[in-house]
Amino acid sequence: MRTIDLTKSNIRELNEELHRQGGGANEDSWEVLNPRGAHAVAVGVDAPISISVKGSVGYYCGGMNKQAQVTVHGSAGPGVAENMMSGKVVIKGDASQYAGATGRGGLLVIEGNASSRCGISMKGIDIVVKGNIGHMSAFMAQSGHLVVCGDAGDALGDSLYEAKLFVRGSVKSLGADCVEKDMRPEHHAALTKLLKDAGITDIKPDEFKRYGSARKLYNFNIDNADAY
Amino acid sequence: MCGIVGLFLKNNTLEPKLGEMLSVMLGTMCDRGPDSAGFAVYGTPEKGRTKITLQSGDPEKDFAGLKQAVDKEIGIKAELKEKSTHAVLTVSSDKVDAVRTWLNEHRPSLRVMGVGDSIEIYKEVGYPTEVAKRFDLKSMKGSHAIGHTRMATESAVTTLGAHPFSTGSDQCLVHNGSLSNHNGIRRQLIKDGMRFETENDTEVAAAYLTWRMKQGLNLGEALNSTIDDLDGFFNFVVGTKDGFGVVRDPIACKPAVMAETDDYVAFGSEYRALVNLPDINKARVWEPEPATVYFWER
Repeated sequence: MRTIDLTKSNIRELNEELHRQGGGANEDSWEVLNPRGAHAVAVGVDAPISISVKGSVGYYCGGMNKQAQVTVHGSAGPGVAENMMSGKVVIKGDASQYAGATGRGGLLVIEGNASSRCGISMKGIDIVVKGNIGHMSAFMAQSGHLVVCGDAGDALGDSLYEAKLFVRGSVKSLGADCVEKDMRPEHHAALTKLLKDAGITDIKPDEFKRYGSARKLYNFNIDNADAY
Repeated sequence: MCGIVGLFLKNNTLEPKLGEMLSVMLGTMCDRGPDSAGFAVYGTPEKGRTKITLQSGDPEKDFAGLKQAVDKEIGIKAELKEKSTHAVLTVSSDKVDAVRTWLNEHRPSLRVMGVGDSIEIYKEVGYPTEVAKRFDLKSMKGSHAIGHTRMATESAVTTLGAHPFSTGSDQCLVHNGSLSNHNGIRRQLIKDGMRFETENDTEVAAAYLTWRMKQGLNLGEALNSTIDDLDGFFNFVVGTKDGFGVVRDPIACKPAVMAETDDYVAFGSEYRALVNLPDINKARVWEPEPATVYFWER
């Protein structure tokens, strides 16, 4: 295992080292010490390695991640796993606003709470939050899954496209064009897999409700022709 | 952008270290606001004495003989403690109005940064660590303190445009964000007798709170009313003589993180600002909720 201590190396040295790791990397286990809220920890990694960050991080941790498994033993600042492509990012604590924003793939697990705009404009990423999420989450979310084991804040799924949202607790309010939908067997199966992948064993899929797009907002409607 | 740091001590034994702790916090937020910086420190009040923090563009000329002139003209024994471009003039509390009127008439080049029993305010254009060094923040003692690093958006980079803003006795406010209805609120407050020094949006927020508290609201109630009346983006951190408050607008796009232990409550724009605080690993750390008021009083 390689250990990089951020009181001795700077963030650029850390990320350059991580970027040097390719498909056949033999250093497949990394540990980052003393992040102390640093920005851009383990951003842009493209290798099947695991990175364990011991402490809380600032903006954009794990951004653009491909293949790597990043675990933060602490909380994360704004934009964690932003635009993730594949791999897995796990936050043991809480995540600040716009976690997983614009993500195209991979799995983001937040074991604490996520604040506002979680999964905003998500495009294929799967996000599992053990706690609650804040307002305007999944705003304009296009595809992928957002699973919330706790409660959701105001305006969930506003202007939603085709992302699938599952909430176990209460939803403070639904955003424009977001509606509750039936839980069909395929949703049940997808949710079962996501909970399993996130390491959640004590919560059953049938405790959740599904929310999705009413598809009235993003389709062209002839009645509105005068408005264009 | 902008950076905010705030520290409210619950444990008196930390008071001698307040300035040192805040100065480290402020230093971490330089890259969020390299234009200018400022801070307010609430020290131990001295019975019957009030502090007036003054600022001058030409301190050598303006502060020379100032104490003697005030003593002679007002008939009191004032103290003057100079620190670079600022000076704290301590006078008997019943003569504050007389001193301010005299300063206004006879020393128009002096600017009053803040007035109160406990508060001292220092702010200048420049890199935040340099500003903190210039005013020797590290050596200051007190019960609570608020600092700000500014990246200007709404008005010019000047000393008066730096934060904190103080519009009432022992009150101060710092702001990250921008207000969109400040001109309307300013006009309304002017009608109600409030006075303004700048075109700055944050000064309006500070004056708004002063106006609300004059109406009899406590700090928490006054902060609550900002959510309805002020339009725009804001994280406010506010100090009063014995209080410390925080509020975020309902959209809450400006970053904020708080930490609390038995010894202190701290605010930072980012977690980086909090990492050096004692026992931070055992502290309760959380992101303040949107449109929710948090305040502590001694």
